Amino acid sequence: MSLMTTLTDPPKESFRLSMLLYDTRYRSTTIQVVALLGFMLGAAWLINNVIVNLAVAGKTFDYGFLKEASGYDINQKLIAYNSQSSHMRAAVVGLMNTLLVAVMGCIAATILGVIIGVLRLSKNWIISRLAAVYVETLRNVPVLLWIVLIMAATSHQLPAPKDFRGDEPAATMKIFDSVAITNRGVYIPEPLFSKGLGDLPVFPDKESKACQAFYNPDGTPATAKLAKFCGTFQISIDLMAILAVLFAGLIVSKLIKVRADQIQKDTGVRPVTWFWRLGVVVLPTVAVLYILGFYLGYPELKGFNFRGGIHMRSSLLALWVALSLYTAAFIAEIVRAGIMAISKGQSEAAAALGLRQNRIMSLIVLPQALRVIVPPLISQYLNLTKNSSLAIAVGYMDITGTLGGITLNQTGRELETVLLLMLVYLVISLTVSSVMNYYNERTKLKER
Amino acid sequence: MKKSVFLGALTVASLTAGIAAAGTLDDVKARGKLNCGVSTGLVGFASPDANGKWEGYDVAICRAVAAAVLGDNTAVEFVPLSSKTRFTALASGEVDMLARNTTWTFSRDVDLKLDFVGVNYYDGQGFMVPKALGVTSAKDLDGATVCIQTGTTTELNLADFFRVNGISYEPVPVENNAEAQQQYLSGACDTLTTDASALAATRAAFENPGDHILLPEIVSKEPLGPLVRHGDNQWGDTVRWTLNALISAEELGITSANIEELSKGTNNPEINRILGTEGNLGEMLGLDADWAKRAISSEGNFGEIFEANIGEKTPIGLARGLNAQWTEGGLIYSPPFR
Repeated sequence: MSLMTTLTDPPKESFRLSMLLYDTRYRSTTIQVVALLGFMLGAAWLINNVIVNLAVAGKTFDYGFLKEASGYDINQKLIAYNSQSSHMRAAVVGLMNTLLVAVMGCIAATILGVIIGVLRLSKNWIISRLAAVYVETLRNVPVLLWIVLIMAATSHQLPAPKDFRGDEPAATMKIFDSVAITNRGVYIPEPLFSKGLGDLPVFPDKESKACQAFYNPDGTPATAKLAKFCGTFQISIDLMAILAVLFAGLIVSKLIKVRADQIQKDTGVRPVTWFWRLGVVVLPTVAVLYILGFYLGYPELKGFNFRGGIHMRSSLLALWVALSLYTAAFIAEIVRAGIMAISKGQSEAAAALGLRQNRIMSLIVLPQALRVIVPPLISQYLNLTKNSSLAIAVGYMDITGTLGGITLNQTGRELETVLLLMLVYLVISLTVSSVMNYYNERTKLKER
Repeated sequence: MKKSVFLGALTVASLTAGIAAAGTLDDVKARGKLNCGVSTGLVGFASPDANGKWEGYDVAICRAVAAAVLGDNTAVEFVPLSSKTRFTALASGEVDMLARNTTWTFSRDVDLKLDFVGVNYYDGQGFMVPKALGVTSAKDLDGATVCIQTGTTTELNLADFFRVNGISYEPVPVENNAEAQQQYLSGACDTLTTDASALAATRAAFENPGDHILLPEIVSKEPLGPLVRHGDNQWGDTVRWTLNALISAEELGITSANIEELSKGTNNPEINRILGTEGNLGEMLGLDADWAKRAISSEGNFGEIFEANIGEKTPIGLARGLNAQWTEGGLIYSPPFR
């Protein structure tokens, strides 16, 4: 029996080193291991180079500077900030500005891009040609030039605030004296509340007892880590209340739709619900606004500038408009490609069923085209967000301007700030793409 | 094992590279050209003329150093740097020295590892406004829009000035002087702030300089001077004593007109030591005996450079003021050549 086994078993091949190269079973692994080693060596060399050169220059690698007072002011700030705030907070102010222009840009670029993309497919020769001209001029010129052009146009062509002064002013406010368009930006009315509910401090106020507990009687912080947060973050209760009511209204509206769908399914007749659906969203919101004493604060010329109202600085406008127009050209092409990817039979079949042209587009073509459109659209959103770092060309204080500009310059910590900046953009981009990927998963063709 | 040997070799290679870079004087001599970081264009201090030849107050310092080290005041590669890129360019070795209206501060000297070799202009931050605005004091600027070059000490002084005086302002950050000028002239900002000397230089380039005034407040101390990298003392000494030679030359009455005659020997031992007819100061610096003579002949002594570029006879029209010799009531003072 034992003899049999030895005979039938294939001869056991002993492992030789040369097999790593000549045996196809091992060769690919060998190559991969060598490539990985080479890559790690390269990375180690770069890191080592940085460490050695930092040591030669006598510099240390440390992020302690983020806690120090920044010492500089920022014009556009979405959260409270002054020159005594930390570099970290300046970076957050910059980050909010980046996100603001990125979100505004993505929305505007999508709307404009879809319109231009659809117009480019129009049967009307003039309209489709005009859309083509738009796409070709916008996307074939670097976006930096568009940003600078729009900024130059606003600061040189629009009236200065002083032109609004006097009995015979050279410029006047638009739309019932509510909007001022100046070369320093556009001032629009701001929502204010006469009976507002104030702010909700997430961390206790500096003066409050809760916060004093963190301090010694002589005023030195006892619990340094906690004392720092005092009064650093507050949320507007008014805003929260309005958002809560709006959200609740939207949910009720959705429930009404679900019920209408059910009735239609059961009886074949769809009840008329649009006024209900609109009412449950609008009426409670209006009621809350009334209770809070909502009114509009108009901008007024006081001293050197307009005061009051929302000030959309020309730097923000230039950046927003340029990024939107530029990215819209790419999105238009993506939309056009998406629509053209839907076979002609689909729209012909819809037309045969008696659907009107715009219904064919919104019910048949666009929903299918979205599956083709979304993946490349993600990269356009990412591009727009990354292109927003060109903000410095017009002095818009995004995160590249605060953390990667003034902070870098005042502290001299190039390596630390740039690494942090790269990390921030990486996180933003990965977040955008994961959200969009989730949406893509939802809308893509379910194949069973 | 192999890896660690490889890395070790790399460490040695990069270390030697670092050491080699430390000998800036030898590098400059070997290259035959001085890389000097200057402003991107500030009339009077550093700007190219119609033929593309750089000239100005800061440029003259670069030329003097090139003359002292290389014997040729045209052997300079001028590298225009923005206020944001200047320190990185110096630290990375892209330029050998900076002469770019740079304020000497503690953190730049200590934390950024730079060496200021002296002061060639005692300045202070001022404000320029259009006459038509009707403002006579910087304290009247509550709520004003202020154009400011980003990445400068003026940015921090501005924040401090307005905070201390309890008034508000809206900063409009701009990248460089040209952009600041455009924004200011188009009325996108009410006032322009930077070093008073630079304001005067900027105003001189305006179409109607008379329509703009400098406010009387000087809100900061801005000692401007040339600087080099930390840790290369020999090179630092070369630049420092070139500047001192120009200053001493004015004090001792050595001018570009009489230098040839004085270098034949005088009965003033300090003049003789500077011009190399006595002692071996040049040798101590690692240069030849004529180094200071060449530096001074390049564009004249400190006073001549001042008058030719930014003095009262030029469109910029700056008075000597604090920048007069100590003997004339100013702050300009060179340690002795001994």
